[in-house]
Amino acid sequence: MRRLSRTLGPVAVAVLALTAAGCGGGSGSSDSSSSSDSSSSSSPSADSGGGDADLLVWTDSLKIDAVKQVAEDFGEANGINVKVQAISEDLQGSFVTADAAGNGPDVVVGAHDWIGNLVQNGAIDPLNLAPDELSGYSEKAVQATTYDGKLYGVPYGIEALALYRNTEVAPDEPATMDDAIAEGEAAVKAGKVDSALNLPVGELGDAYHMEPILTSFGGYIFSYDDATGYDAQDVGIGKEGSIKAAEEISKLAQSKVLRTSISGDNSIALFTSGKAAFLVSGPWALADVKKAGFDYAIQPVPGFAGQGDAAPFMGAQAFMVAAHGTNKDIAQEFVNNGVNSEDAMMTLYEGTQLPPAMTAVQDQVDDPDLSVFTEAANVAAPMPAIPAMASVWEPLGKAYAAIVSGKDPAATIKSAGDTITKAIADAG
Amino acid sequence: MADLQTSEPSTSSSTDPGPRRPRFTQPGRDGVPALLVKVLFLGVVVGTAIALTPALVGNGSWFFLGAIWVVAAILVATYATGRALPAKYLVPGTLMLALFVVYPIALTAKTSFTNYGDGTRNDKQTTVDQIVGSSVTRSADSPQYNLTVATDGDPASGPFTYFLVPQDDPETVYEGTPDGLEDAPDGVTLDNGRVTAVDGYTILNIKQISAASDDLDEIAVPTDDDTFIVRDGTSEAFEGAPTLVYDEDADTITDTTSDTVYSVAKQGDREYFVDGDGTRISDQSWTANVGLRNYERIATDAQIRTDFAKIFIWNVIFATVSVIGTFLLGLLFAITLNDPRVRGQKIYRALLILPYAIPGFISLLLWSSFYNRDFGLINDLTGLDVNWFGGATTAKIAVLITNLWMGFPYMFLVSTGALQAIPEDLREAATIDGAGGFAGFRRITFPLLLVTVAPLLVATFAFNFNNFGAIYLLTGGGPFTPENPTAGGTDILISYLYRLAFGAGGVQIGFASAVSVVLFVITGVMAALQFRATRSLEDVN
Repeated sequence: MRRLSRTLGPVAVAVLALTAAGCGGGSGSSDSSSSSDSSSSSSPSADSGGGDADLLVWTDSLKIDAVKQVAEDFGEANGINVKVQAISEDLQGSFVTADAAGNGPDVVVGAHDWIGNLVQNGAIDPLNLAPDELSGYSEKAVQATTYDGKLYGVPYGIEALALYRNTEVAPDEPATMDDAIAEGEAAVKAGKVDSALNLPVGELGDAYHMEPILTSFGGYIFSYDDATGYDAQDVGIGKEGSIKAAEEISKLAQSKVLRTSISGDNSIALFTSGKAAFLVSGPWALADVKKAGFDYAIQPVPGFAGQGDAAPFMGAQAFMVAAHGTNKDIAQEFVNNGVNSEDAMMTLYEGTQLPPAMTAVQDQVDDPDLSVFTEAANVAAPMPAIPAMASVWEPLGKAYAAIVSGKDPAATIKSAGDTITKAIADAG
Repeated sequence: MADLQTSEPSTSSSTDPGPRRPRFTQPGRDGVPALLVKVLFLGVVVGTAIALTPALVGNGSWFFLGAIWVVAAILVATYATGRALPAKYLVPGTLMLALFVVYPIALTAKTSFTNYGDGTRNDKQTTVDQIVGSSVTRSADSPQYNLTVATDGDPASGPFTYFLVPQDDPETVYEGTPDGLEDAPDGVTLDNGRVTAVDGYTILNIKQISAASDDLDEIAVPTDDDTFIVRDGTSEAFEGAPTLVYDEDADTITDTTSDTVYSVAKQGDREYFVDGDGTRISDQSWTANVGLRNYERIATDAQIRTDFAKIFIWNVIFATVSVIGTFLLGLLFAITLNDPRVRGQKIYRALLILPYAIPGFISLLLWSSFYNRDFGLINDLTGLDVNWFGGATTAKIAVLITNLWMGFPYMFLVSTGALQAIPEDLREAATIDGAGGFAGFRRITFPLLLVTVAPLLVATFAFNFNNFGAIYLLTGGGPFTPENPTAGGTDILISYLYRLAFGAGGVQIGFASAVSVVLFVITGVMAALQFRATRSLEDVN
């Protein structure tokens, strides 16, 4: 019986499709399976998860639809069989392991701050885009995807933190972070919201979201030079700017503005349910905020009064060519010409809603919210991609969490600086 | 099929030679269908081995090739002959044990003597190729060429010719071969700045280029100024040259632009190519054997030494309290529901199994949010303002409460089964002898129950001793003190060592394997001691 149904399955589907078409609702089922001419006479023995695909792309589950669209367009134009797979858990780690074993994808789509680790593992190859091709991308995006003087990824989206405001409870646009906090606290006092400012801290801290505060007070993680990039030998944690930032964080924690109970898991949800006046988050929160049903405004994260500008981290999402893929030529062709085109970038923007990295697409997009993020990303500093950054996230985050929990700010941030310096020295 | 003797063992006494066993299996008690199933199964086994052989030979995986054929031979020898009756029952379990328990342990032990991890994932040859290959640099004023790959021979084997059209001069066509760049022959069809057909040549499509890429990689079209035309994908090319050269005899890499020589030097537990000042050419290193270095690090690292004792004590407390707590709670429910006077037993049982039925991952993440100080369910319901994960003691209590909830349904099931296995007449006899109620439970029921349950308690202890999920998903090991971000208040050994191995220094799989071996030994010793202790319980009978 089961065998019978398997044989009849496609027939039944075909019959259904016919009847549907007959019912006048037939907008011919757009069969989006890529043009597979599987007459591969001498295709290399693809023992990767791609099966008989001529191009295998790995991405995360959020971006799969957009990436699939671009890959299938490329496949149709070139008469090849493409396959896109979503790796939902630890894409970077899975990719490194699979690539070293020789059964990874040909192309991986990921964040630029992986590049340092992927390069030290020999998992990706540099790209050779012509200089005039590169000039079509925002400078920051190219800077982010360039490592050791070589380009390792074609960027398609950029992201940075911005300040969301629920204009129904906080009508005035704040000029500084202090204004925002004051306005938020007034809204809390009036009983309109529970939280003045949702900046994720969490039990274990969140160094990424704390970066605007650190930089506004002149703190930094690694010193940055446009020519040579980040210098892992010059750690700014524990130095003067970071101590000032730590003292401010401590002050904000005492007035219950920063709380360990607000984390990446709940900060967006609390804001969209109207329980917070302000939210510090990236473009990934935009869809939820739009659906929230109240008026909102977005602006770049402002600095504190009398201090420097806040500079959140900028991140770029990019297509990279695997070093040990089975179809490297096709992978290079796809990244160099399939992805690196205005049409593909437009498709990716429409599918992911990330601020585009290609300036031509940026100019076409007419969305004030997104232009805020684009501006924010264009003035932010690229997140360090050097492997030494692995030694920073945890200790720094935990130090922030400890300060928010009431530990002494100066001593805590100094000891975090010592830990980070020692870890970098140990790692060689 | 000469003698149709059944292969049932003879029941006659041993003095009697008994019927001779047939050499090959025959339709036995279960008749022909069973035999067919057996033949089919063995056919699949042998067929699989045959099907996998070419691929394994191609990859040079001799170990797996041998292993697969040994397994196939064992299975055939066991099931195709009429002998080896005990083996028929033991072989599947033994094979599974070897495959899923022994083999991973052996592999882990083997890895623990290497420095395998981030930055050392490839062998030296691959690393050198990658460093040199990545150094191809585009010449300053190199034009971008539109590339067409063609052949006057076979598309799969060549010889291949490049037809190149500069993108800034779409009317000129060059012909590129390993001998150099020449003006193109006649009979070239240009379309939109790209060669689309050449008389006497076959143009390769994208798939054919990909298939021939190994041969094409050998082709470097030399130009006038010591550079080469390099393929970039399948439709473009540019002029460039690798700036690094590897000298195999001297084992050095030379930078041709600055004449710097990089030689192999050891830094930490790995080797890099470094110049005279110790500056690395790249962060890439390669896998190497480091002997006992990983174990030395566990034994001598000052950080680990100071943290280890504290964490070990909490680890033992965590596992012990989890086992005893869940057992007592599960037992209480089991005894209560075992009483025939309770109505609706099925509903109660179904409800009590619920925590066990929800995937642990999900319930742990949910519990993690329950403890949230300002928005969590627990503080909301009780009206408390406890900062659960902010202090070491409250975080420990939270972990224990959660683990109690996670673990008691299993103990409830086990105890229910064990209780129902105790004969009713024993209890009646005890009651007649005057040991009713609690005394009866303490002297008769509980000891008998322990005989059954004790090994499971040991197994649960071992499981909880390394219960990574319960800690990692709930508290992440926290809270952490500012001066020690590596050892948290609720860390058990496995979560602590996970952080050491996969935290600050990137992924250190070699070190993590050494840690796993050490934990394996610790847990094994503890479980062995406990089993020895539980053996005394069996004197009850």
